[in-house]
Amino acid sequence: MNEKIAKKVVVDGQEIALNGERNILEVAKKANIEIPTFCYHSDLSVYGACRMCLVEIEGRGLMPACSTPPEPGMVIKTTTSRVLQARRMMVEFYLANHERDCTVCERNLNCRLQSIAASLGIDEVRFGEREEKLPKDTSTFSLVRDPNRCILCGDCVRACKEIENIGIYDFTQRGSRTKVEPAFGKKLSEVECVYCGQCSVRCPTGALVVKSEVDNAWKAVLNPDLMVVAQIAPAVRVAIGEAFGLPPGEITTGKIVAALKKIGFDRVYDTAFSADLTVIEEAEEFFRRLQKGERLPQFTSCCPSWVIYAERNYPFYLENLSSARSPQQMFGSVIKNFIYQVENVPLEKIVSVSIMPCTAKKFEARRAEFVHNEVPDVDMVLTAQETIRMIKTANIDFKQLEPVPFDVPLGAGSGAGVIFGVTGGVTEAVLRYAYERLTGQELKEVEFKGVRGMGSVREAEVDFDGRKVKVAIVHGLANAQKLVKDMRSGERYYDFVEVMNCPGGCIGGGGMPLEYPDYQEVLRRRAEGLYNADRLSVVRKAQDNPSIKFLYEKWLKEANSEVAEHHLHTHYYSRRRISNEMIRIQEAQSAQKVDIAVCVGTSCYLKGSYDLLQELLELTKEYGVEDRVSVGATFCLEKCTEGPNIRINEKVFSGVSKDNLRQIFEEAVLSKLVAETH
Amino acid sequence: METEKGSLVLSRQFEKVNAILEKYSHNVDNLIAILQEIQSEYRYLPEEILTYVATALQISPAQVYGVATFYAQFSLEPKGEHIIRVCDGTACHVKGSLQVLKAVRENLGLKEGESTTSDLMFTVETVACIGACALAPALMVDEEVYGQMDEEKVQQLVEHLLGEGEKVDAV
Repeated sequence: MNEKIAKKVVVDGQEIALNGERNILEVAKKANIEIPTFCYHSDLSVYGACRMCLVEIEGRGLMPACSTPPEPGMVIKTTTSRVLQARRMMVEFYLANHERDCTVCERNLNCRLQSIAASLGIDEVRFGEREEKLPKDTSTFSLVRDPNRCILCGDCVRACKEIENIGIYDFTQRGSRTKVEPAFGKKLSEVECVYCGQCSVRCPTGALVVKSEVDNAWKAVLNPDLMVVAQIAPAVRVAIGEAFGLPPGEITTGKIVAALKKIGFDRVYDTAFSADLTVIEEAEEFFRRLQKGERLPQFTSCCPSWVIYAERNYPFYLENLSSARSPQQMFGSVIKNFIYQVENVPLEKIVSVSIMPCTAKKFEARRAEFVHNEVPDVDMVLTAQETIRMIKTANIDFKQLEPVPFDVPLGAGSGAGVIFGVTGGVTEAVLRYAYERLTGQELKEVEFKGVRGMGSVREAEVDFDGRKVKVAIVHGLANAQKLVKDMRSGERYYDFVEVMNCPGGCIGGGGMPLEYPDYQEVLRRRAEGLYNADRLSVVRKAQDNPSIKFLYEKWLKEANSEVAEHHLHTHYYSRRRISNEMIRIQEAQSAQKVDIAVCVGTSCYLKGSYDLLQELLELTKEYGVEDRVSVGATFCLEKCTEGPNIRINEKVFSGVSKDNLRQIFEEAVLSKLVAETH
Repeated sequence: METEKGSLVLSRQFEKVNAILEKYSHNVDNLIAILQEIQSEYRYLPEEILTYVATALQISPAQVYGVATFYAQFSLEPKGEHIIRVCDGTACHVKGSLQVLKAVRENLGLKEGESTTSDLMFTVETVACIGACALAPALMVDEEVYGQMDEEKVQQLVEHLLGEGEKVDAV
């Protein structure tokens, strides 16, 4: 009896049994009470800063529900006059520091600050507004950061640190001048941002939003001279409905096609088709590597955030990334190299638009490798959020739409392509192909349940013709980093690794619909939705897709053929930004050479070291010794006060200026070269 | 031999920073102490060194930057070899500290918005109170206090600091 009482709390007069809930928010949820909060996310660390979730606990007073664990016998009240007074005051404080031009905000009607203010009935803010207006950061293709809308909840700080372990943002300055911003107040394009938008998914206001391409999309679809071709990514089909009152996970593929057609898109195709293409190209590449035993493990390359992260941080693994382009880019290439011919439309009249769950896809579409003669394979990338906006702008009653099928001949994707949108899906799709390809037998049970789920790292071992192949699946870059570390140290070995930047895979993408009390549940249901869509597919293996067979027959000939290599594969570059090495500008060819390093550290840079660098390069030309003098830029030579500094071989020269540079060059460089020649 | 030297030249030289990091055993808990030592070495916190420290401690540059901007003691701008702190506490303010400040800045040839001379010899700051109210208006040059300043005295002081004029007695 006592034990039974001991495991209960009372929330607003209702007895609730405790069952391992971590905090009062979770307990209240069981009583169907949604306590408002800005800074609580069940998958991030508890921060307790926003104070919106204050509740009154008998004998304790006001306590934050997010960071207070429930104790047996607690009597909790979530709506008392003290609680309301505290919450109202907090919201007024937030509004004092927040832009109040809601009607022109991206997050209008989809903003937690707005909805909490509305539910509390805030009709007046007794405090003034912030006078200083800070500049917006529009430097990336993916995100817009507006510090004037930031309420300092720190959700983006923790999302980037804990999910991705990149830590783009932190709190800077202090007191009334506190800001959340990237290091050194830099723009997102100047730091290590991978454009995944997980920060914007967590942002409760319009401080971090998807960079919209809606205006350009309307221009294209409303122009009768253009043929606008859309492709729809797998993940968005189980999420766009959410914005129109349908539950997460409900498959709305046909309705989306119908809506896009109504809006004015001329052709609508399925990215699941090019995902099938990816399966075949990537799997064949994997078999080749397996046979030769080289460049293993093979990492997937569908996720643009993972790819750019690897390019910046794992130069030793560039060869290991699959050279297969992502499904978006494969379809882009198919549109710009094949479909326009089938349609018999001049290339310049084709506009290729992809509908994606992802903010980083906007960046991917602009990568130089995917732009040919200034024409990108994918002209525009619309996230699910932007697509929803267009459907609303067109006044379409989404719920009532009759489903419309994809266009032919390249419309249909297989169930294998559809599950690309969820973590583990790429691996499962490849396994469905690999089994039949390697054993020559039909795969009866197509579902590989072992690779499914939301575990941060999942492993499987598959027997391929006697060769045991170890695969791993990881989502979230923080988890991927740990995995790579273990692989580098030899603690783990895999042959094939699937990496997705976002928790849950693309279904948790930065461009997906927002604002949920229980985001984890939404992810779970979207994943279920994709698996359902797969189950409902007539074709569930990439190799069985007739459209794929058609494309290989008509265009590509065979997997990894020359045409396929040219149009469906890519290459990667090291994009290391923080380098331990000097930035080499001119490399001497001769063995007898002089090395010059010009300090471009802050102090020397301010004093004109960059001009000196230019001048040095000219001097080497003037004296015809370019092949014997290496010139590079280095960071600090640790003589900041005496700068600008340059180092010639081992000797550091300080106080170098345009006036004495020639003399130094003649004495320290030329004399050495002459002496050595003789 | 020649190539060995070459590769040595190419390696980035952060010996002092490395020594400081070593001293604090690369422990992120010592970040503030590490930044303090770096600042006393370089007289400010250069961006590339903060980035290097972040990499070495395996935290993000944003986190280091957050700490560096939180504390008023840290400067992200290069500071001069000598720091001139003009007191702008109540007593000094009433006695005309702003004219003193203006005179200091003019004599050093500082332009609007600048606080450090282009030769990185002097940085001019204001402080709230240096506890020398009886000598208002007062200023400090590094650790020395100078009291009852006026425009003429400022001129003399700066000339002396620049190695031109006669010595001005500190308190």
